[in-house]
Amino acid sequence: MNETIRGLLTKLGGLPVSLDQLADDADLYAAGLSSFASVQLMLGIEEAFDIEFPDNLLNRKSFASIAAIEKTVQSIIDAREAA
Amino acid sequence: MNVSVTIPATSLAARVARVAAIAAKHADRVDVEGRFPHEAVDAMRTERLLGIQIPEVIGGEGATITEIAELCSIIAQSCAASAMIFAMHHIKLSSLVEHGLESGWHTEFMRRVAADQLLLGSATTEGGIGGNLRNSICAIAVEGDRCILEKDATVISYGAHADAILITSRSHADAAPSDQVMTVFLKDQYTLDRTHVWDTLGMRGTCSDGFLFKGEAPAEQIFTKPFAEIAAQSMLATSHLLWSGVWYGIAADAVARAQNFVRAAARRTPGQTPPGALRLAEVSNLLQMVKSNVVAGLKAYEDAKSDPDKLSSMGFAVAMNNVKIGSSEMILTIINHAMLICGIMGYKNGTPYSLGRHLRDAHSAQLMISNDRILGNSSTMLLVHKQDTSLVG
Repeated sequence: MNETIRGLLTKLGGLPVSLDQLADDADLYAAGLSSFASVQLMLGIEEAFDIEFPDNLLNRKSFASIAAIEKTVQSIIDAREAA
Repeated sequence: MNVSVTIPATSLAARVARVAAIAAKHADRVDVEGRFPHEAVDAMRTERLLGIQIPEVIGGEGATITEIAELCSIIAQSCAASAMIFAMHHIKLSSLVEHGLESGWHTEFMRRVAADQLLLGSATTEGGIGGNLRNSICAIAVEGDRCILEKDATVISYGAHADAILITSRSHADAAPSDQVMTVFLKDQYTLDRTHVWDTLGMRGTCSDGFLFKGEAPAEQIFTKPFAEIAAQSMLATSHLLWSGVWYGIAADAVARAQNFVRAAARRTPGQTPPGALRLAEVSNLLQMVKSNVVAGLKAYEDAKSDPDKLSSMGFAVAMNNVKIGSSEMILTIINHAMLICGIMGYKNGTPYSLGRHLRDAHSAQLMISNDRILGNSSTMLLVHKQDTSLVG
């Protein structure tokens, strides 16, 4: 999952820094992730993992770092499997 | 030091009514001369309205954004420029109240704002950023315990009259444009060189000249929270809500003038319904829609206020954007309707039914943060956020 997310970030994130230099817990907004790019990233993730983000997870915190995105995606997948 | 303060022991409503009366007396001169509404702002200080949002424990009155929106509307019914200055001051103050209480310096500063009734200005606009306040070009330099900032601020509303300015910049020289901080600079910590003169269609009294800002201050005056969070969690909402309070006030006064016109005609010709009466009913309906929109927005804010996740959610941002778009567009239709009712007496300056100033002031609403930018922003969010379809939820 980490690799897929990093791949999507490279393609859609529009970050001025290289993804290799970005730790999993690095603040993506401080690294230059714009609100437009973050939405493109959300759409890319929805498509890649065949999920839909519920509205309560559509906030800055869920997408603040690669680790946060992983956690958010995993929580959606877990909730789906539990259902 | 213990500063004793006499707070006039009357209700907010009585205090703001006195401010509105003074603002009304000078509104036309302020507009014609494009000058700062000293009389109205002095009255706000006398009535101690500049500190009401600050918590009681540090010298304020703990007024809510809903209460302040009502005051904005009341002052705007007399003088929109005075009301907009009051609104912008309280938008800046909301950043301090919501994000400054964890910092000793900012808490002490709020105590001073309440005690000395300081007027806060804002410098978020910068030459070259194309109107997007979530980007900065300038960067603050922190050297030891000092911070230094220079900014080409193309608009600082009432900049020359503010007692302190809250200014945005990149957080350091290598930061991305969106990696911003906000810093409080006191009047004796900066210089302003005027670069643009505010000679505009309306809102002339806000004196929103452009300046080259140069400041140096203790570094502890930088907000610890990133500006992105301040913007998302308080500034975006309080801006749209308090501005909308001002705009509602402009429209409400236009409708009141139109109603006076129709009633005067009805009294002159008993038994006959004046031609403007039907339009008055129509415009009363439009005004109620603006009011409902703003009131619903205020309720959504007060409900979400204690929940930072909710405040920074897309659903909340779209809702606040909709408040702004709705009220800023609708007031133009309303004032135009009022003008149709009052006819030449509304078009002429200096009559009890004059609406020129209202119409010109109202035209700023769609532009202060361009509605096109806001719609673009909402349209991006609506690609993932699913529109709330509940009626009262």
